Amino acid sequence: MRKGYQSWVFPSRPVIVGRAAIGGPFEAQGPLANDFDTLHGDLMIGQDSWEKAERVLLEEACDKAIEKAGLRREQIHFMLAGDLMNQTISANFAARTLSIPFMGIFGACSTAMEGLALAALLVDSQSADYVLAATSSHNSSAEKQYRYPTEYGSQKPPTAQWTVTGAGASVVANQGNGLRVTAATIGKIVDMGMTDPFNMGGAMAPAALSTIESHFRDLQLSHDHYDLVVTGDLGKVGHSILSELLPKHNVNIPLKRYVDCGMLIYGDNPIVWSGGSGCGCCATVTYGHLLRRFQEGEWKRILVVATGALLSPISYQQGESIPCIAHAVAIEADTL
Amino acid sequence: MTFLWAFLVGGAICLVGQFLLDVMKLTPAHTMASLVVAGAVLNGVGLYEPLAKFAGAGASVPITSFGNALMKGAMAEAEKDGLIGVITGIFEVTSAGISAAIVFGFLVAVCFRPKG
Repeated sequence: MRKGYQSWVFPSRPVIVGRAAIGGPFEAQGPLANDFDTLHGDLMIGQDSWEKAERVLLEEACDKAIEKAGLRREQIHFMLAGDLMNQTISANFAARTLSIPFMGIFGACSTAMEGLALAALLVDSQSADYVLAATSSHNSSAEKQYRYPTEYGSQKPPTAQWTVTGAGASVVANQGNGLRVTAATIGKIVDMGMTDPFNMGGAMAPAALSTIESHFRDLQLSHDHYDLVVTGDLGKVGHSILSELLPKHNVNIPLKRYVDCGMLIYGDNPIVWSGGSGCGCCATVTYGHLLRRFQEGEWKRILVVATGALLSPISYQQGESIPCIAHAVAIEADTL
Repeated sequence: MTFLWAFLVGGAICLVGQFLLDVMKLTPAHTMASLVVAGAVLNGVGLYEPLAKFAGAGASVPITSFGNALMKGAMAEAEKDGLIGVITGIFEVTSAGISAAIVFGFLVAVCFRPKG
């Protein structure tokens, strides 16, 4: 049910009964390698195109999450998925394979939490017993979609980010044991007029601020309510901007409790410039790494704020600024 | 000394390219086209040839020399055939470079099946 202006609370506390993270060879070299369910050594994943490889990542993540939930495909009532490709083909084609009633969603890199929020809403409103929320990205298919051919060897500035090759999925259920989705805040588009597609962290930070502010206002929570506030893929650049913006706007989240998935996934590797990005970034770090630590009892409540830059190659070539969005989902331990 | 000047002049041209990319926020394609046009303009005002003589590979290797070559070809043919020579001459001098790009591009694509 709606609370405040743009937030939902879920009184039935839907449960995340299954979750999975699949990664590629570069993710396998990162500090979070152990938190993936499957890591592929080959960027092509045995396929003959990057797009097909991404689709396989997504299918594997969905199947793994369903399997870990102890369910079969046909028991899942709805699937919500999206990705970065034109017409969200990775999600559409994966849904063809899975044959689960499907709704495609697009929130760029915010898709992970957009899906989780909607899945929790469907379950909480008793519209479904089991809902699958999934998303994926692939470094090479994203480079092809948004930037230049990789063979072109185009330079990138230090504010650029590295698209994660990976997919994450979760199964949300009306009963069972596991972490619980208790609230969500749906973001508004924030566009500060940034036009540089190689500085998406900087462009998205104000959107994350807007959603975080709205979340605490709508739910009337104190700023230290969460043990961890995590943004999706702001990277080092966006993380430092948001760390400055939060106190300026009197959102006094203790900054040592604020982390970013884009900084966690590759550690300090300078090859990735500002950090990781892409739908797979927030999804794999949240479903693979954060929820694993969460289940081990490290935290009681976390707020995941997935950020998305809703640009297209055509819009930025025509000089349009980058509309950004962030969706926040609150996850709590079973015992609370 | 020849090497030093080639290094400095070639480096300066690349610095201009880097400036266009990083500060002027031009796309890589725009940067490349700008340098080609700059080379053609410098030839037009009679500056590129002396620069190439002075700096050697420093001026003949960067992409600006392609603009210079286009202009040179066009002007040479224009003297012979008039206005139509401008059109035919553009590819007269540069055909080796363009054909090489096509042939090597084809060979690399056959061997490595690029997918980016």
